[in-house]
Amino acid sequence: MTAQADIPAEKAPPAKPAPTERLPLAERLIRTPVLLPALTFILILLLWEFGTRLFNVPSYVLPAPSRIVEGFGVVSFGRWMEHVWSTLRVALLGYLVSIAVSLPIAVGLSKSRFLSRSLYPLLVVIQSVPVVAVAPIIIVVLGTDDAPRIVITFMISFFPLVVSMTTGLMATPPELIELSRSLRAPVRREITQIRLPYATPYIFSGLKISITLSVIGAVVAEFVAAEVGIGYFIQFSTSMFRLPQAWAGLAVLLVMSLALFQAVNLTQKYFFPWSLPKDGR
Amino acid sequence: MSTETDAISFADVGQTFLTDNGPLTALSGVNVNLRRHEFVAVLGPSGCGKSTLLRLTAGLIKPTEGTVSVFGHPVSQPRDDIGIVFQQATLLPWATVEDNVVFPAKHKRGRVSAKDRAHAREIIATCGLAGFEERLPGELSGGMQQRVGIARALFLNPDILLMDEPFSALDALTRDAMGFELLRLWQASPKTVLFITHSIPEAVILADRVVVMSERPGRVIEDLKVPLGRPRDESSLRSVEMQDFLAHLRGLLIKDKVA
Ligand SMILES: Nc1ncnc2c1ncn2[C@@H]1O[C@H](COP(=O)(O)OP(=O)(O)OP(=O)(O)O)[C@@H](O)[C@H]1O
Ligand SMILES: [Mg+2]
Repeated sequence: MTAQADIPAEKAPPAKPAPTERLPLAERLIRTPVLLPALTFILILLLWEFGTRLFNVPSYVLPAPSRIVEGFGVVSFGRWMEHVWSTLRVALLGYLVSIAVSLPIAVGLSKSRFLSRSLYPLLVVIQSVPVVAVAPIIIVVLGTDDAPRIVITFMISFFPLVVSMTTGLMATPPELIELSRSLRAPVRREITQIRLPYATPYIFSGLKISITLSVIGAVVAEFVAAEVGIGYFIQFSTSMFRLPQAWAGLAVLLVMSLALFQAVNLTQKYFFPWSLPKDGR
Repeated sequence: MSTETDAISFADVGQTFLTDNGPLTALSGVNVNLRRHEFVAVLGPSGCGKSTLLRLTAGLIKPTEGTVSVFGHPVSQPRDDIGIVFQQATLLPWATVEDNVVFPAKHKRGRVSAKDRAHAREIIATCGLAGFEERLPGELSGGMQQRVGIARALFLNPDILLMDEPFSALDALTRDAMGFELLRLWQASPKTVLFITHSIPEAVILADRVVVMSERPGRVIEDLKVPLGRPRDESSLRSVEMQDFLAHLRGLLIKDKVA
């Protein structure tokens, strides 16, 4: 009998990657982590620095990196932290509100054709509203504290979450839903034990898009009305023609966005490794 | 005729689905009985309603005509004594082999006892998966995944096993091996098996009876006892008699396709 025929293959150790020494130099460079992007980044900074000096580019057009670094020094570290904290807080709260609102909506959309027929068009309309144009109205209605900023952030970041979560919840293999029904399990468990975990890869792609959008949302809100925050700082600096300072703010924003994105990435990698695509990360 | 001892009986069963393009009759006038612990294979062209037959038995849908009975009772909802194996193993990719096998308990009752786990490990061993309890499905070959699928279906100790083309996604060698493995499990712990397949040799080597269905709307065109004793092995189909039997079945399916 060949009953166990397919077992031995399973026990074979995974093929080891070829030793690096044998690879040609170019291939080794490509495979070294961080090296290539770092080199590119440094090269661009150098070109930028010497280009702006060589051609005497005025700082209000494009300040040299060294001028931008000086721009950091104009503001105290404590004040920087106030700006960062304000933007970060609004972005994260808006993000959390987006998640909290999207999840029940997505569950509803995926479980009920009535809801998906009636609610989805409304969501598309909300999504299509140019938030920047409505932001002043929201501020007037909700006042000038965090609430309107969180609402604006939410409006910018929730839609990709709804779409990715709904798609994910509907992507469950129908056989598993039949398995659930054949066990006469409560619908609640069908969602928590089957649909939601199955949707994880989709949810994370939405989470990655939305975290970046949340930072954008927070900045848009600060452009409209704020006395603190990186968005406010950039706008204020620009209005005073302190361009290197504005660029410094931009750099902080960029780092914040990248760090948040990476945080989402790592959360997926460490807590949901099975949800990553098979070929690399 | 249906009798009290029949495990599954279809009496004049018809199934019409309402689709966007109007009504679609998947099954019509189906009469089949499966005795307790009988292994019955269903052969038929694609779309003739084989999976529908299985869903009706599982209580996932209700027949629009006739009655489906399990152990003498008309099926009105899913029952605990039926296990289902699907074409794709459809395991939970985030759960280990053991967690996949205890999943019916977890899903049905909301929690898993130590006894459930011990039971699961026992079944895992019988299905030839010992040592793989902590693996994730993604780390297993297709054949191994389907073993897990079978182990999961066996977890609640069903009297009836419904299998919808369970081995059709596997390569030919693994497929044959899995067939004999299934026979071994079935002989060790007898169950009524409704086995759907596209493969004539697979149906014949496994089953006590082969039910052949027509193109849609699916009807039973023949219901034949397999003229083979047990135990069976790779050489069982070599005799002239068996070759004739296979050719007869092939003729039925092809004739139906041409007509
Ligand atoms: N829920 C449903 N709604 C509408 N039509 C359906 C539904 N389920 C099945 N059908 C239709 O009924 C027919 C029979 O389907 P079924 O899945 O039972 O066929 P099958 O014999 O299992 O086919 P295959 O060999 O391809 O698996 C098909 O034409 C299918 O499109
Ligand atoms: Mg089918």
